[in-house]
Amino acid sequence: MINLVWLVPLLPLIGFVIIGLFGKQLSKGLVGFIGCGSVLGAFIIAAGIFFQLTGQAEKSITVELFPWISAGKLSVPFSFLVDPLSSLFLLIVTGVGFLIHVYSVGYMHDDEGFARFFAYLNLFIFFMLLLVLGSNYLIMFVGWEGVGLCSYLLIGFWFKNTAYNNAAKKAFVMNRIGDLGFLLGIILIFVTFGSIGYHDVFMMAKNFSSGNPVLTSITLLLFVGAIGKSAQIPLFTWLPDAMAGPTPVSALIHAATMVTAGIYMIARSNILFTLSPITMEVVAIVGVCTALFAATIGLAQNDIKKVLAYSTVSQLGYMFLALGVGAYTGAVFHVMTHAFFKALLFLGAGSVIHAMSGEQDIRKMGGLKKYIPVTHLTFLIGTLAIVGFPGFSGFFSKDEILANAFEHNKLLWFLGVLGAAMTTFYMFRLYFLTFKGSFRGTSDQEHHLHESPKSMTVPLMILAVLSIVGGFIGIPEVLGGKHFLEEFLKPVFEDSTLRLIHHLPEQTELILMGVAITVMAAAIYYAYKTYIVNQTLPAAEEEELTPLHQLVYKKYWIDELYDNAITQPLNFISHGLHKVVDNQLIDGIVNGVGTVVNWTSSKIRLLQTGNIGFYVFVMVISIVIILFTRMM
Amino acid sequence: MRGGWRGNKMSAIQTIPINWYLLLSTVLFTIGVLGVLFRRNAIIIFMSIELMLNAVNLLLVAFSSYLSDSKGQVFVFFIMAVAAAEVAVGLAILMMVYRNTKSSDINMLNKLKW
Repeated sequence: MINLVWLVPLLPLIGFVIIGLFGKQLSKGLVGFIGCGSVLGAFIIAAGIFFQLTGQAEKSITVELFPWISAGKLSVPFSFLVDPLSSLFLLIVTGVGFLIHVYSVGYMHDDEGFARFFAYLNLFIFFMLLLVLGSNYLIMFVGWEGVGLCSYLLIGFWFKNTAYNNAAKKAFVMNRIGDLGFLLGIILIFVTFGSIGYHDVFMMAKNFSSGNPVLTSITLLLFVGAIGKSAQIPLFTWLPDAMAGPTPVSALIHAATMVTAGIYMIARSNILFTLSPITMEVVAIVGVCTALFAATIGLAQNDIKKVLAYSTVSQLGYMFLALGVGAYTGAVFHVMTHAFFKALLFLGAGSVIHAMSGEQDIRKMGGLKKYIPVTHLTFLIGTLAIVGFPGFSGFFSKDEILANAFEHNKLLWFLGVLGAAMTTFYMFRLYFLTFKGSFRGTSDQEHHLHESPKSMTVPLMILAVLSIVGGFIGIPEVLGGKHFLEEFLKPVFEDSTLRLIHHLPEQTELILMGVAITVMAAAIYYAYKTYIVNQTLPAAEEEELTPLHQLVYKKYWIDELYDNAITQPLNFISHGLHKVVDNQLIDGIVNGVGTVVNWTSSKIRLLQTGNIGFYVFVMVISIVIILFTRMM
Repeated sequence: MRGGWRGNKMSAIQTIPINWYLLLSTVLFTIGVLGVLFRRNAIIIFMSIELMLNAVNLLLVAFSSYLSDSKGQVFVFFIMAVAAAEVAVGLAILMMVYRNTKSSDINMLNKLKW
């Protein structure tokens, strides 16, 4: 199966080409079939690769396809690396991707851009697979840019809306800032190691001493790339805006897969990061700050997708926290469980929006439980999973991260728990306001309320099951389980874990777990009391808010801050340069040359009198002069 | 004198010193130039041009003989052939000019200017 790995990205690419070229001629059914089928095919092969890999001793196989770039000292083959990390990501991308494709068939059914949508989705899957499969940084970079492009195309999918287009541009530009860091990091890797293949780089990196400044610079630059792609402080504002795209896009790209590319990249380069303690601290601090910061914003949002978007930013922060404290397995574990439950929540939100005829404001929802029971149940499961209810997948992964954070630094743990409490509160706030109580929308909407079609509910159910059982592959030993994931990923993180040995005493781990559960229960109770018992409603637009509430509701005015501190000065400077340098100086020089030439020629052309005698006279005189000067 | 052709026997041309040829052709050439410069009748200008050509021809022949090198004389034939062709074209142009302007004054032809 492993030598068939080239088929995994190729299938979605073929799907993209067929749908992209002939989408208009094909029927919707056929487009949906090709779109889903190509990803399903990729998933089946990925599953085959996964099982073959678990069954054999050789854990890191490079499949070389063809030589790609060869220039001077740089030689980059186009080859794929199959190892536990990439095979796990393959499964997540193709598996969740397939479910979201199926869901999209139902969700996008009445959209005129149906074929275009599936073409973009397939292209996205192709680039994402390239990103996780490549055996060197350049292929990863190609995939990295490709998913950015698809993200742009899909955020601005409804391109007739200017606001959506602006959101797409914002995402693209912010990603570009991060990509520059990533690119510089790759160049520095090449300069330092003379190669950009993972194998060579990591082999050589082992000989570097810990804290080497070059490694620190490389990892910091790579981390800048991760900040952009994975929406961390300070480049996180694009992700909430990216919710302008269709909901399946939010689920696939902006929750489950693309935004975790940064985590994948750092997990892949784990040895480089382990050898750079400064970068690790930065990663952990940025991660926990983002987790906390985004969670506070999430507390006050009223748009169902915005809440989930900030929750995604916050959860990505947790993953970076895990990476920063050296818990690579924990980060990857959380990527996986997060992919399940966040895709589930987004798709559930999409189903709610579908039922509400496009309404996204939770103040206008309420009591949807009895109208859309399947969505309600699956959404509840997703909520329980994300808040880390014992037994659900989020519990295990979040617990692992927090335990590792506690060991590294108690403050990080405390902030992490605080963030988790807020997560619990806003998720249950969302759940209560949407599904409990009484309906607050218009009677028109109430009439129209209906459960979504099978193609949408079945993926929800599958994801709900995965959100429950997904955590069982990583049950901590203290609960008498076996951490399969850690075993599986061991070959990838071997060199790093040798350097970061940690084991908490069992009681401590149990106490931490108890604290997390208690905090979570308190947050649920508080949300219940506020929104069910007291029936509080979020303030309407025109209502006066307390300063603190206003601050959080307006997202700390971060967008306005960036606008005033960066965008507008840049615009002002550009405007000035345009007025002065371009219009006056450059245009002056160019036009001046023209004027001078015009003026001189207008004088010189008078020589051309049309009188033949004059011409001959000038000719003779000139010849005579030439002859005389020659004779001198 | 290098490479004397058929011994030292002098040809008829060489009975006159070379300077006289130079002088004569300079005078002829100058007359031609002045004719072109100062006359307005196209036919006279044409004749002046022929005069210049033939001044050069004379010089070529003289040098050819003095240097015992026949290349100069061959060249003269070429010039004569070209001059003949030029006359054919030139006179045809003059005919057309006359038909259009009813005159052979070249100063009538001053339309092609700024």
